[in-house]
Amino acid sequence: MLHDKKKTVSQQGWGLIFFCWIIAMTALFGSLFFSEVMGLKPCVLCWWQRVFIYPLAVLFLVGMFPKGEKIDLSLVRYTLPLAVIGLGFAVFHYLVYSGFIPESLQPCSEELSCSKINLELLGVITIPMLSIFAYSTIIMLLLIYRKRFYQ
Amino acid sequence: MKKNMIVITTVIFFVVLFIVTATIYNNKKNEELSSASQENIEHLQRDYSPIIGPVDAKVTIVEFFDPACGTCSAFYPFVKKLMKDNPDKVNLVLRYLPLHQNSDVIVSILEAARLQNRFLETLERAYETREVWIEHHVSRPQKLWQQLGGLGLDMVKLNKDVQSEEIARRVQLDILDAQQLNVSKTPGFFVNGKPLVHFGYQQLQELVESEVSANY
Repeated sequence: MLHDKKKTVSQQGWGLIFFCWIIAMTALFGSLFFSEVMGLKPCVLCWWQRVFIYPLAVLFLVGMFPKGEKIDLSLVRYTLPLAVIGLGFAVFHYLVYSGFIPESLQPCSEELSCSKINLELLGVITIPMLSIFAYSTIIMLLLIYRKRFYQ
Repeated sequence: MKKNMIVITTVIFFVVLFIVTATIYNNKKNEELSSASQENIEHLQRDYSPIIGPVDAKVTIVEFFDPACGTCSAFYPFVKKLMKDNPDKVNLVLRYLPLHQNSDVIVSILEAARLQNRFLETLERAYETREVWIEHHVSRPQKLWQQLGGLGLDMVKLNKDVQSEEIARRVQLDILDAQQLNVSKTPGFFVNGKPLVHFGYQQLQELVESEVSANY
């Protein structure tokens, strides 16, 4: 009985972390598909967003296999800042895309403009939108996880 | 144990999905590229485009190139060898696609040298001295200029021609043709109008050989 109870405790929130990992993996493979298969060169802002999502795919994976019986609660401590900073870049990129931030203020190289829209899925969904969606979902799930399982 | 399986299955799912969609996407793209270049055949060659090798050869390689591009320079001996291996059957049409910063000036120098019938010599000199006139992926036309001695070029005329409107127009037209033909990287090859879709020495050789055997 005791063993069973422990098992339940250890699996608490596993699904949430698993889902975060799925999102990070989708972003990882999706971004690689855009750049390596479709040949869309990532602009500077895209690179910054990659910098913060790729490690998340690894961190969540490690977090899903805790050393002890419970998921290491400090996982949120390590992953949440990455997701928040990444979201910052994604929002900034979205604003550049939609023209709220003028071209001259954005830190992109001349050859590769970050404001040039080169992909629109279903006519409306752009890459920064996907990025914002991924980051904010991860942040939301992590906050839920923290609220539920932190004592 | 169950979790292990879920995670491993997910990883496999992602990898397989990636490979399958990439393959489907590439196949579709190849078909599109081939049909697009058939429609845009008039963009492949202009009346001013330099032709290297026998003019009446039945197999024509069109190469969009940037003198500052390392891969173009590495491919050049190979393309020459392809022509040598198929004597009188293959020629090469060169088109300018200056993608590096300042490379538009470099190709203008080549085009100006062509007016003095020194195109090939100048191109080869430019490839040989690439390391001298490229700094951090930016072309330095002044430094190439210093390397052009001994080629029998009239430098005063060259300097005048480089700035001429006609040469600027030709370079611009080449860039537009490249866009029309979906060439965004150098070197971009076409053999008798067929694009080299999978880039590589071997692939180019196979494409050339298949065209040679189809035409001779």
